[in-house]
Amino acid sequence: MAILVFVESAEGKIKKTSLEAVAYAHAMGGPVTAIALGAVEKSELENLGKYGAQKVLHAADEKLNQGIIQAYASVLAKAMEDENADILVLANSTLGTPVSARVAAKIGASLASNVAELPATAGGFVVKRSIYTGKAFAFVELKNQKKVLGIKKNAAEANEVGSPISVTPYAVQLADADFSTSITSSEKATGEVLLPEANIVVSGGRGMKGPEHWGMLEELAKTLHAATGCSKPVSDMGWRPHHEHVGQTGVKVAPQLYIAIGISGAIQHLAGVNSSKCIVVINKDGEAPFFKAADYGIVGDAFDVLPKLTEAIKASK
Amino acid sequence: MKILVCITHVPDTTSKINFTDNNTRFDTTGVQFIIGPYDDYALARAIELKEAGGASVTVLNVGLADTEPTIRKALAIGADDAIRVNADPTDSFFVGAQIAEQVKAGGYDLILMGRESIDYNSGVVHGIVGELLGIPSISPVMKLEFEGTKAKLAREIEGGKEYLEVSLPFVAGCQEPIAEWKIPNMRGIMSARTKPLKVVEPVAVDSGVQLQKFELPPAKGSVKMVSADNVAELVTLLKNEAKVL
Ligand SMILES: Cc1cc2nc3c(=O)[nH]c(=O)nc-3n(C[C@H](O)[C@H](O)[C@H](O)COP(=O)(O)OP(=O)(O)OC[C@H]3O[C@@H](n4cnc5c(N)ncnc54)[C@H](O)[C@@H]3O)c2cc1C
Ligand SMILES: Nc1ncnc2c1ncn2[C@@H]1O[C@H](COP(=O)(O)O)[C@@H](O)[C@H]1O
Repeated sequence: MAILVFVESAEGKIKKTSLEAVAYAHAMGGPVTAIALGAVEKSELENLGKYGAQKVLHAADEKLNQGIIQAYASVLAKAMEDENADILVLANSTLGTPVSARVAAKIGASLASNVAELPATAGGFVVKRSIYTGKAFAFVELKNQKKVLGIKKNAAEANEVGSPISVTPYAVQLADADFSTSITSSEKATGEVLLPEANIVVSGGRGMKGPEHWGMLEELAKTLHAATGCSKPVSDMGWRPHHEHVGQTGVKVAPQLYIAIGISGAIQHLAGVNSSKCIVVINKDGEAPFFKAADYGIVGDAFDVLPKLTEAIKASK
Repeated sequence: MKILVCITHVPDTTSKINFTDNNTRFDTTGVQFIIGPYDDYALARAIELKEAGGASVTVLNVGLADTEPTIRKALAIGADDAIRVNADPTDSFFVGAQIAEQVKAGGYDLILMGRESIDYNSGVVHGIVGELLGIPSISPVMKLEFEGTKAKLAREIEGGKEYLEVSLPFVAGCQEPIAEWKIPNMRGIMSARTKPLKVVEPVAVDSGVQLQKFELPPAKGSVKMVSADNVAELVTLLKNEAKVL
C-alpha cells in the first residue's frame, strides 16, 4: 500500500507540518513517496529521506511556484496514479485543505481532514478527527479503496529515522483549464515565525490597550523564538494583522506553549487554543475565565509582568 | 448574477458539546442553533453584492426540517429565496454532491460558502463542489470585488495573503473581513415568513465514510497560580515541570 505525501514549502524550505505528514505516512507503514511542487531547495528535498520518505518526486515547473488549488489537485491525482498510491497524506493548511478536497472528489477517495492520530486498521480503516473546533473527536471509517487524509498539527512527530535520498524529477503536463485562477500578487510576512507552525505562541488581547504596546509582547516572542497571536477584537480594530487572530473564527494553533496576555478567555478564543500542550495566562482579573483553561496563571498587570517575564527568560538561558 | 449561499445550521459558538445514544449522536438538549459564522460572512457579502445591484441571492442548506428556522434567519437577513435539501448532512461528499446538483439545476454563477463549518470543521465542501462542477474553488477568501464578470479576490495564506483574479462561475469559501455580519431588522423578519423556501429530495450518493462514534477530550487539570512578584518561578516550572521551554 503505497502512500503519497504532498509536501508544502515556503521560501524554498519544507514546512514543519509537511515533515510531520511524511513522518505520519512512515509510521503508517509506508512505502512513502513525497512530492513537492514548484521551487524548493534541493537539500530540503533530499532531507525528506531523513523523515521517512523512500522516494522524493519534484515537479519543478515554474507554473507551480504559485499555489493554484486546481492545478495542484490535478498534479497530485496524476501522481497517485503514476505511483500506484492508494493513500494521499497532507498537512491541513490554508492551501492543503482545499487541495485535498479536489483531489478526493477527482479520484473518488474517502476524505478526512483534521486527523489527530494514526489510523486504526484492525477492523476497517478508522481515523480520529478533531471536530467542533477542538471540543470533540469523531471516529470515522474510510471505506473506499482510495483515501485522502489531511492531518492536524502534532498528529505525528517529525523524528529523523533515515538519511537523505536523491530526488527524482517529476514531469507534469499542465492543462490551461487548471490555471483559470491567476495570482496577481502576494503579501507575506518574511523572517517571522509563522503562527500555525510555531512551537510557542505569545498572544495579546484587548488588555494590551493599544497597538503601541505590542513592542513588549514582540520582545517576549523574540526571546522565546515564538510567533505572535491575538484575540479577534484586536485584529478587528486593526491593532494587529488579521492572520494573527486566534480562535474559532481565526487560526487554530497547537503549540507546546501558548502564553495569553490580557485575553479574557471567551469560549470562541479557547476553541482556537485548546490543542496547546501548555497554556499560561496573564490577566489582571483573577476571575478571568481563561484561568480555568490554563496550566499556569499569573494575576497581574501585563505592563508589569511582561517585561519581568522577558528578563527572567533571558536570565535562565 | 445569480448567487447561491450555502449555509450550515450549527450549535452556537458558546455551546457545550455533548453526545447521546452511546456517543453516536450529538445531544441537542439546551443547544441554540445559528448560521455557521463563516457562512454568515458569505451571506453578508452576497447581500452587499445584491444591494450594489444586479444580483439575486438564494440560500441553500442540506438538512432536515429542524434547520428551517436557521434558513428563515438567512431570508430575514436579506436572501431572496431558499432551498432545503431534505437530508441529514453526515458527510462532506454527500453534501457537496447535493449542492452541485442544485447549482446545475438553478444555473448559479457565484457559489459562496464559509471557509469551514464549525461542527465538522472539514473545510472541504467548497473544493468538492468546485471539482464536481469543473469550476475554480478558492478558499479562504478575505475579499471579493467585481469588475464586470471578473472577480478580484484576496485569499489567506499562512502568514499573509494572496491577490487573485478569476472569472465567473466559481466557488468561494469565505472568512472575515470579507464583510461584516448582518443582523436581521424587523422588516426583514416579517418578509422572511413569506419568502419562498423550496424543499427538494436528495440525489443518491455513495458515501465513502461512516461515522462510528464521538468522543470528548479528557478534562483539563486545575491551574497552578504563580505570584506576579515571582516570575522566575514560572520560568522554572515551564522548564522543569511542563518541559516546554
Ligand atoms: C461567532 C463568534 C466568533 C468569535 N470568534 C472569535 C475568535 O475566533 N477569537 C477570539 O479571540 N474571539 C472571538 N470572538 C469574540 C469573543 O467572544 C470575545 O469577545 C473576545 O475573544 C474577547 O477578546 P479579549 O479577550 O481580547 O477582550 P476582553 O474580553 O475585553 O478581555 C480583555 C481582558 O484583558 C484583561 N486586562 C485588561 N487590562 C489588563 C492589564 N493591564 N493587564 C492584564 N490584563 C488586562 C481583562 O481583565 C480582560 O480579561 C467571537 C465571537 C463570536 C460571537
Ligand atoms: N449541510 C450543509 N448545507 C449547506 N451548506 C453546507 C453544509 N455543510 C457545509 N456546507 C458549506 O460548506 C462550507 C464548508 O463546510 P465543511 O467542509 O463542512 O467545513 C460551509 O461553511 C458551508 O458553506
